[in-house]
Amino acid sequence: MFAFVLSRLLQAVPVMLVVALISFAMFAYVGDPVSIMLGQDFTEAQRDALVRDLGLDQPFFVQFARFVGNAIQGEFGLSYRLSRPVAELIAERAPATLELASCAAAIALFVGVPMGVFTGLYRQSWLSRFFLTFSLIGVSLPTFLIGILLILIFSVWLGWLPSFGRGDTVQIGSWSTGFLTGSGLKALVLPAITLGLFQLTLIMRLVRAEMLEVLRTDYIKFARARGLADRSVNFGHALKNTLVPVITIAGLQFGSIIAFAIVTETVFQWPGMGLLFIQSVGAADIPVMAAYLLLIALVFVTINLVVDLLYYAVDPRLRADRGASARGT
Amino acid sequence: MTAAPPLLEVRNLRVEFPSRRGTLVALHDVSFSIAPGEILGVVGESGAGKSMTGAAIIRLLEPPGRIAGGQILLEGRRIDNLSQDEMRRIRGRRIGAIFQDPLTTLNPLYTVGRQLTETMQTHLDLSGSEARARAIGWLEMVGIPAAAQRIDSYPHEFSGGMRQRVVIALALCAEPRLVVADEPTTALDVSIQAQVIALLKRLAREKNTSMMLVTHDMGVIAETADRVAVMYAGRVVEIGPVREVVKHPHHPYSIGLMNSIPPLDHRVERLAQIDGAMPRLNAVPPGCPYNPRCPKVFDRCIVERPDLLDAGSTRAACWLYDPAEPPHV
Repeated sequence: MFAFVLSRLLQAVPVMLVVALISFAMFAYVGDPVSIMLGQDFTEAQRDALVRDLGLDQPFFVQFARFVGNAIQGEFGLSYRLSRPVAELIAERAPATLELASCAAAIALFVGVPMGVFTGLYRQSWLSRFFLTFSLIGVSLPTFLIGILLILIFSVWLGWLPSFGRGDTVQIGSWSTGFLTGSGLKALVLPAITLGLFQLTLIMRLVRAEMLEVLRTDYIKFARARGLADRSVNFGHALKNTLVPVITIAGLQFGSIIAFAIVTETVFQWPGMGLLFIQSVGAADIPVMAAYLLLIALVFVTINLVVDLLYYAVDPRLRADRGASARGT
Repeated sequence: MTAAPPLLEVRNLRVEFPSRRGTLVALHDVSFSIAPGEILGVVGESGAGKSMTGAAIIRLLEPPGRIAGGQILLEGRRIDNLSQDEMRRIRGRRIGAIFQDPLTTLNPLYTVGRQLTETMQTHLDLSGSEARARAIGWLEMVGIPAAAQRIDSYPHEFSGGMRQRVVIALALCAEPRLVVADEPTTALDVSIQAQVIALLKRLAREKNTSMMLVTHDMGVIAETADRVAVMYAGRVVEIGPVREVVKHPHHPYSIGLMNSIPPLDHRVERLAQIDGAMPRLNAVPPGCPYNPRCPKVFDRCIVERPDLLDAGSTRAACWLYDPAEPPHV
């Protein structure tokens, strides 16, 4: 097990290096930091001094190695736009995005999986047909449109929920949470639904398809032939066998939720990393963009590792290759 | 035959598959009985309705198949009209089932021990540790070496033959009075087949369990069954003691079937075969369904369908054995 985790971590290193290279390349090829920093009036000597100070006269690989070294220490330099350390900016914004993303993922899982099981078991019922139609809407409508529609209905017409922002937050250490205030929770509802809806319908359709597949298998028929209770057959034997593909997709989707919260955060003016990124793109704030890119890559790499570990927990056949030797007896 | 009341009695069973182009009748007027402790072999070509008869008895017909007529009685009580939940309590507890392919019959994500204890605890009032002790006992009984260690193994850690032994233990562990074994050896290596059949036969004798043994392997039938039913196109065409049906079959189809078993004691130039193929469900001819292939067909066979008639040592659905019929040559 330890060897497996270690080998996966080693595999992640080149991935992260490639992403770091792309991030780094932005500095070199998108805009010219020196002219941005110097402003309008400067002498050639000032320019050369700054280039030397920034180490831009060094060979490419030396510069890249320094960038990676700093990144590992969480050092991404100053934001051009806000003149504050990038790491600080991101740390400030991360709680908002992570809370939004986890709520969206929770909605997607805890509503999507039961709906998928239901539509798989009762294919003919009118409720299943309704869910399927509804899921088509969820899959095909773009996120920003769903967000705007929700704002129109629940904020403008009904006035139940706020249309933007995060409400009041409570600071716990360096983490600002919206979970502890009424307005924080209310503000979370619409963006979380908007962000989770697509994933919800995707997970529902996936679980349904997998359930239909699994329910046809001999071992389910045999479980019924042994007189096991329906609940145990459907939710134990059948659902557990659908989990491997569902975990894969749900894991990747959680990554996407974090990475592509950008649209939802923009629609709801949610003060998270996505909004920060969009604002940074507008201002060509390369240090922030580079750091965000690296962070998202790290999120995906971590999620992939967790997904692989979950496979092992769910499916004993994957443990088989090492099982023979590990068993010992 | 014994005078004891039958354990299982099937009377005029009719199974239909409604389809867009009319109703297909898969089983016609199937009647037979199984005495306590008796092994009834059921033989016939693929598609003759052997497996479907077994599935109808445990009420696990593939939808949209349904029992459209007739009765099934277990120990004198009708079970074909029970509710799904009552039927669930009969499956496993009163009627066990063994399926064809042991590689797909066991749930890959649960240990064999868990599958055994789950089955026993569903039907019998057992504590966890009692169930586990019994599970080990069953694994020993079906010949799994080192059962106490193997109980926590997953199905993929067993060979095909061993898995079929586990399936047998699962079918018998709640001590049913009847076991429906659907081609229990077809998917196994020939060398393993004999072992598994011997095991089934021994356990059935020891536990005084009756068995309906569905197979197309005449060797298995001759070795194992007390009586045998020959099925053709959804009907029982001959039924009688195994020695008689194998050595002196009466129905022309049974005769053809027995002749097509290659002899071991001398070489033949050409294996005997029955010309033609069994009719599809939607193209069963009027009269006797075997009439297009029957070497002894005469006028009456083409218009009128025979029921099972006394043919001396067996009963055969053939007009040749109607006492009112003049002798045909």
